[in-house]
Amino acid sequence: MRVLGIESSCDETGVALYDTESGLLADALFSQIDMHAAYGGVVPELASRDHVRRLLPLIQQVLDDAGMHRTDLDAIAYTAGPGLVGALMVGASTAHGMARALNIPVLGVHHMEGHLLAPMLEDNPPAFPFVALLVSGGHTQLVQVEGIGQYTLMGESVDDAAGEAFDKVAKMLDLPYPGGPSVSALAASGAPGRFRFPRPMTDRPGLDFSFSGLKTHTMTTLKALVRDNALDEQARADVARAFEEAVVDTLAIKCRRALKATGYRRLVVAGGVSANKRLRDSLGNALHALSAEVFYPHPRFCTDNGAMIALAGALRLSQGEHDTGTMHTTPRWPLDTLQAPRAHEDS
Amino acid sequence: MFLAWSGQLCFLSTAGLPIMASLATESLNKLKHVMSILLALDASSSACSVALWLDGQVYSDHVIAPREHTRRLMPMVDALLAEAGITPAHLDALAYGRGPGSFTGIRIAAGTVQGLAFGLDRPVIPVSTLETLAAGAVRIHGATQVIPAFDARMNEIYVAAYRVKQTGLPGLESCAGEQVIAPELLEPVAGFSSGWFAAGSGWGLKERMPEGCLVGLEGMDTTMEPDARDMACLAADAFAAGNMMAPHEAVPVYLRDQVTSRRQ
Repeated sequence: MRVLGIESSCDETGVALYDTESGLLADALFSQIDMHAAYGGVVPELASRDHVRRLLPLIQQVLDDAGMHRTDLDAIAYTAGPGLVGALMVGASTAHGMARALNIPVLGVHHMEGHLLAPMLEDNPPAFPFVALLVSGGHTQLVQVEGIGQYTLMGESVDDAAGEAFDKVAKMLDLPYPGGPSVSALAASGAPGRFRFPRPMTDRPGLDFSFSGLKTHTMTTLKALVRDNALDEQARADVARAFEEAVVDTLAIKCRRALKATGYRRLVVAGGVSANKRLRDSLGNALHALSAEVFYPHPRFCTDNGAMIALAGALRLSQGEHDTGTMHTTPRWPLDTLQAPRAHEDS
Repeated sequence: MFLAWSGQLCFLSTAGLPIMASLATESLNKLKHVMSILLALDASSSACSVALWLDGQVYSDHVIAPREHTRRLMPMVDALLAEAGITPAHLDALAYGRGPGSFTGIRIAAGTVQGLAFGLDRPVIPVSTLETLAAGAVRIHGATQVIPAFDARMNEIYVAAYRVKQTGLPGLESCAGEQVIAPELLEPVAGFSSGWFAAGSGWGLKERMPEGCLVGLEGMDTTMEPDARDMACLAADAFAAGNMMAPHEAVPVYLRDQVTSRRQ
């Protein structure tokens, strides 16, 4: 089954073509990051306006790259949520229009399911069951994954997402949006050990996260440096390093706990922050002691992309699941309300 | 198969009353419409409407469904095509309300039409929602000169002006371009000195408009919203004239482009 995947939940327009027999055939992405950078974050209306301009050219590009014609498609998957409602509607309406024209099934896919299944696009895909750490600008969640659609939320951030904390600390440091890569780049020249930031909520049992206090701690540290007239370039790098280490350590500690709690030996890390090198190093060390294996998506599939939506859609569509008649967009959609793929009675 | 079926349509149109052709003095334009099958979608207001132009016959459906356009649009399209006994493959072109109006609504219509047109490999026809409203005022109220206006929120209105073509041919001609403007700054339309009609929610802000703008106002309907049945007729004119675009060019026309302020 050849499935076209469409992602438009936030500030990336992603399109891909996935074949259940031969894997990923082509993918294309247009990132709006440069456009939103001028505003210091995503402007929803501008994001929606851009998706509606970019989507069809990207679809054509993917078909051309795969050497396929639109009539070669067997089904279409689109991101139905969670995300920015106006942005989601662009992908949903285009997908439904196109599916109706081609008389093929169409399915709205959960964006985070796309992320957590993204490592299955790689040559060494993780087998079920596994623990997934979904960590991005919008989410920080630990999920117990028994199979497709069988998800139990083990813990999540009670305030800011990890990626959001990176963005906010980047602003404090006058670094460009998006904050993750720019904070990490600055942290690379920071001295270890000059500052030690707290590892929030690791001193008690549980798998929830909190990054709001860490953000405040960073602000307080910067203010103290300004007051002492000591905020030079090295100090900024040292603060960035202390912040990044605190986030990464906290994530690694909770992943270790989640693996111990489930007895699973496989960890999947997905979402934009999963591209963070220090996080990958730290998890490698933490999991080695547990004889557990960690799986990441390819770096280009860590951030939002069409390939993960095509894959997640294909896994469900090939089981006979599809939208019935009407498009849906669900801006707020808890991951653990999903169910295993279900064939519709008419299929 | 398709040709034989089209032949049936020609029969239907001569038996029925072609809506736009009834305005025409010359049959040439009517002939140009033969064999055109067009679908028009509008989601630019609290109304959601769809219409099918079948060689002069118009099938349409219209519901008031605020914030339900994503849920209502495709089932309405399906029902309309089923009623007319055709499938999407029979469509020659797809028209959509390209704005101005609800940003989200015009994107839903544009996105759906982009997908349909791309999937079918057919051209698209963007239709102004203000012109659609004016055509509705001609149809419903018998107006010949119309100033359509929508409440654009943020203390502004979307407004334009149209009149029935003096040549007697179907369709409207523009008398004042579309703009988004504060009602206080509205200016009279040249040539509209008497007998013109005010259509749309924008006229709910009439009290804030300069008195000079209201000279010659003869009738008003502030409850009107764009209807795809009027859009389908305008689209048929555009189709006959060859005014069409590629699917990826089917983008909204917002008029209001200042949607955010730059970071200080």
